[in-house]
Amino acid sequence: MNPSVAALTVICVIVALGSLVGLLARFHHRMDLEQWTVGGRGFGVVLVWLLMAGEIYTTFTFLGASGWAYSRGAPILFNLGQAPLIYVTSFYILPLIWEAGRKYRLQTQADFFQVRYASTYLAAFVALVGVLSLIPYLQLQLTGLGLIVEVASFGGIHRTPAMIIGFALVAAFVLASGVRGVAWVSIIKDLLLLCAAVVVGIAVPRIYFGGIGPMFSALAHAKPNHLVMPGATKNLGHAWYISTVLLTSVTFYMWPQYFAASFTARSGKVLRRNAVIMPLYSITTPLMLFVGLSAVLVLPGLSNGDLSLLMMVRKTFPAWFLGVVGGAGALTAMVPAAIQLLIGATLYAKNLFRPILAPGMTEQQVAKLAKIMVLVLTSGALSLAIYSAASLVSMLLLGFAGVAQLFPGVVLGLFSRRVTTSGVFAGMATGLSIAVFLMLTGRDPYMGVNAGFIALCCNFVVTGVVSLLTTVRVAGFEEILPALAASRGGNSTRIP
Amino acid sequence: MKRPSLGSILCGLIPFAATCFSVALWDRVYPMVFGLPFNFFWLILWLLLTPVCMWEAYRLEASRSPDTDREEGGID
Repeated sequence: MNPSVAALTVICVIVALGSLVGLLARFHHRMDLEQWTVGGRGFGVVLVWLLMAGEIYTTFTFLGASGWAYSRGAPILFNLGQAPLIYVTSFYILPLIWEAGRKYRLQTQADFFQVRYASTYLAAFVALVGVLSLIPYLQLQLTGLGLIVEVASFGGIHRTPAMIIGFALVAAFVLASGVRGVAWVSIIKDLLLLCAAVVVGIAVPRIYFGGIGPMFSALAHAKPNHLVMPGATKNLGHAWYISTVLLTSVTFYMWPQYFAASFTARSGKVLRRNAVIMPLYSITTPLMLFVGLSAVLVLPGLSNGDLSLLMMVRKTFPAWFLGVVGGAGALTAMVPAAIQLLIGATLYAKNLFRPILAPGMTEQQVAKLAKIMVLVLTSGALSLAIYSAASLVSMLLLGFAGVAQLFPGVVLGLFSRRVTTSGVFAGMATGLSIAVFLMLTGRDPYMGVNAGFIALCCNFVVTGVVSLLTTVRVAGFEEILPALAASRGGNSTRIP
Repeated sequence: MKRPSLGSILCGLIPFAATCFSVALWDRVYPMVFGLPFNFFWLILWLLLTPVCMWEAYRLEASRSPDTDREEGGID
């Protein structure tokens, strides 16, 4: 059989199977907004694990991590270093967010701000930042999907039709099954990804070098600088590593889709337990890095580092296995894209459109508008992915720096009664302006420090200072905050 | 919901100290361990040790609040 046909057949079977599971997941569940966005708040450890892992291991892990290991070397260690720390942070914050979510029936991140700070405009601003940050992330998934199919078909299928078909399927199972569909597709995706990572990560160094150890010896001999920071770059040194790891690990759960995933849990304890075990799941990341590092010596001079993993697989394995890796990769793009679509659409309909433009909308109308927005966002991201060749990494980092600015509002809102609406507004505006300015003028990293981290620090300072200068008008979460105050000795500010 | 206890926060600071702030101490190729450069070995080791720290934090939190959650476990 023609190798491209064999590989493509396997990819199509895997994608079809995944989409079918996604469509069937709605079985026995009526899809109102509550069920669609937060799965009726009934997920146990296993489904929450699948949902969170399914969302977190995106195309960046699959293609980007090996790609960075190939083109930049040691700075990719930030991805390995941040992984366990993300869950450490989530251990302390997510149960509180979950608690607030259950008490006040929150469905989105913007709902959290709405209730805590009693400001529709602040909530709408948060929703806007969330939706805008999600679009480049969606575009990254799409482009990754296109690359995978193009390489796996040996150039037989151009990336544009591949992206259109893949995203039509994603939109279909999001519309049919909501968050439940996403969690179930994750099962197939995670199993495949795990198998593919273990086989490729162990076999590639073994075939070309005789093992992982000999591969590293060869690389340390040929390119010693590639294996310590700043690797093949000039400005990604230790200061950059510390600031980037801190920024990504403390603000990771500020992505609206990960934030909202905590609402699906059955209890706060489920989230804590999940935080304990999740770091083990990152064990696939080093395997991806081994493949990218092998490619440095085996396939030097690739123009696009992001292709290194797929090119190594294509060079080393039979076509059907390229199909398995390609299928796993395609689902790895589709699952996070599905949740990003779902959350972006809900944020827009519920927290941006209804409160500002049409306050009279019913819950059913919001659900309908959210489903229309799924289609709008899909076509928006598709046209961006097709027509713009803008650097994805820079857009993604911009998105990351954007959502990071929500962190002070969330964490201070949970742990302090003194923080005010104006303080959070001022802090967010300052942080966003600094991040956008530094990044768009090519100043990231700035003096060796991650620009998003600098913006976040300024954001904290401004939020704190402005909060102290203004008086506390409202403190939502009344039922939760007193408990915090009491455990601290009751020294909280009285609210008039 | 109570705020996390000091003990559990200290458990969480250990992985931060080990994999983030101390980068200058472990970012080196030699000595290689199990065939891995020292920095790769160190971070992979902490993928395994972080759950140990967090399990201790979990135990500390659980003993503080005997809670009355709905029943857990099971897929759906």
